Amino acid sequence: MKPRLTLGPVLFNWPADRWRDFYFRMADEAPVDTVIVGEVVCFKRAPFFAPVMDEVIARLASAGKEVWLASPILVGSDRERSAMRDLVSCDLLPIEANDMGALSLLDGRRHAVGPFINCYNEATLAWLAGRGAMSVSLPAELPAASVAVLAKAGVELGLSIEVQVYGRAPLAISARCYHARAHGLHKDGCQFVCGNDPDGMPVKTLDGQSFLTVNGTQTLSHGYLGLAAEMDRLLAMGVTRFRLSPQDTDMVAVATAFRAVLDGERDGREVVAELGRSSPAPLENGFFHNMAGATYAAGHSPGA
Amino acid sequence: MQPFELICPAGNPAALRAAVDAGADAVYLGFRDETNARNFPGLNFSRDDLAEAVGYAHARKVQVFVAINTYPQAGNLGPWQRAVDDAARLKADAVILADIGLLAYAARRHPDLRLHLSVQASAANAEAIRLYRDAFGVRRVVLPRVLTVPEIARLNAEIDIETEVFVFGGLCPMAEGRCSLSSYATGQSPNRQGVCSPASHVRYEPRGKALASTLGGFTINLFGEDEQAGYPTLCKGRFLSGDTPAYLFEEPTSLNAMELLPELKAAKVCALKIEGRQRGKAYIAAVVAAYRKALDAFAKGQAVPKLDLDAMVEGGTQTTGAYKRAWR
Repeated sequence: MKPRLTLGPVLFNWPADRWRDFYFRMADEAPVDTVIVGEVVCFKRAPFFAPVMDEVIARLASAGKEVWLASPILVGSDRERSAMRDLVSCDLLPIEANDMGALSLLDGRRHAVGPFINCYNEATLAWLAGRGAMSVSLPAELPAASVAVLAKAGVELGLSIEVQVYGRAPLAISARCYHARAHGLHKDGCQFVCGNDPDGMPVKTLDGQSFLTVNGTQTLSHGYLGLAAEMDRLLAMGVTRFRLSPQDTDMVAVATAFRAVLDGERDGREVVAELGRSSPAPLENGFFHNMAGATYAAGHSPGA
Repeated sequence: MQPFELICPAGNPAALRAAVDAGADAVYLGFRDETNARNFPGLNFSRDDLAEAVGYAHARKVQVFVAINTYPQAGNLGPWQRAVDDAARLKADAVILADIGLLAYAARRHPDLRLHLSVQASAANAEAIRLYRDAFGVRRVVLPRVLTVPEIARLNAEIDIETEVFVFGGLCPMAEGRCSLSSYATGQSPNRQGVCSPASHVRYEPRGKALASTLGGFTINLFGEDEQAGYPTLCKGRFLSGDTPAYLFEEPTSLNAMELLPELKAAKVCALKIEGRQRGKAYIAAVVAAYRKALDAFAKGQAVPKLDLDAMVEGGTQTTGAYKRAWR
């Protein structure tokens, strides 16, 4: 299977026109194969993007991108459930399921399994394959040894395994909105304060050390995953999909750099050094190397 | 009206006996390894301990549930599958599982073994719960701590398996089983190793007159001279999201939903769960006895006595957590 670059959904609350323009530019300029769209973090934001969704999908499709729709991460309330059901009822595009509820509704249909459904081992992977998964995106915290076993099993089962190689690592989801809480507000009256932070709200320790990022109900890493130097190893394991998670940076340049590594035109270590200089936060690869996620393992160029 | 079942934690045989003697309907516990989500040094049960525990509990008509609720390691499924096999062989009344592959194994290998879905599976909607029921025969779901009581009521109206909810003890503000915060700071995660904010990565360091608690080198809190230093659980730390230090995710507080018994009954919740397998037998005895007294009074239609659990809660403060909408 030819390796593919995936652009994950925008996780942050960008203004709708910026969101649309971002996807237009990605359609026109970014050498990615698959683009996943949809609001996965907070159902309250979805109505802002809904009016421009059709034109974004059309633009991406006409540029030759494969377009998938992502289902929400946490589905508990009635409104979240009805948003999930509406999404899954769309049978024009493949769905990436991020919750077992969406997976349940996709019974019998080909679909993708997103990184928010826990697939930690080959037994779970086999069960997901048996239900029609065409690809499975692995949790960010999996170390290389686990990725290797899963990638090999994926080859045997005939589905593609995806690993996130760029962008902040998603670390947690909650029913509580920490953006609202930090502003002294409740989720119900949040005034959409998450929209003030297009790359998420920085969370520092009391020493002033950058640590985490809050994005509404979601918590992410401060650093960006940067696995460019590990691409050769990932390819050798049998990983066939490489996910870039959109950040407030030049994602066309990011995609172009990763494409060059995939095509064997550039060395991953050189690319990670370059991305380390251009990314707004330091790059991290600790999870993959079975260390604390908030580290960049020695032996590779850390960049910023 | 069916009374609530009271599900109580045990981290060792003494705590199990304390829970049974204090009025538990069921005790839940884990094996002494990474197969359960409270994999702490000096805690948990050997196979022989489990055999004795089941004997002690069953003689007193109390059930034993075995939590095997971490996510098995790729390429090394053996320890998790053996844990399920041994729980079945030693006559545990149910196993509490989260991983899809392990649920499939248990359903296939032990068709008579009762399966409960762990809170670690984070099944928060009727569609997800029906999938676990249909695919694996799951009989009970422990609900993630993200739902309000009205949402639980509507959920129970749509599903036909039992629900169990946490009513007391430590409170994760994040959806359980979907949190890698600990692993980001330390490399050790609840899902993989069964630990959160592990003691092996904790340091206390003086900073002038203050005391800093750190986890994996990250400062989680700073305590002034007049403050009591707490354990640096990552999501209960003080951080800066602007200029003012704040408990950004959650205060050091404990869940206590005793005031919600009528609402939880009306919501058709089957079982109430106390958190705290890491706690000592004195704590277990006191909390279980208090809840037993409350549930007995409630079952007889009497007023639930006001119970003094303040000394038992983290930071001395209590919350009803996600059960009330304002928590969000």
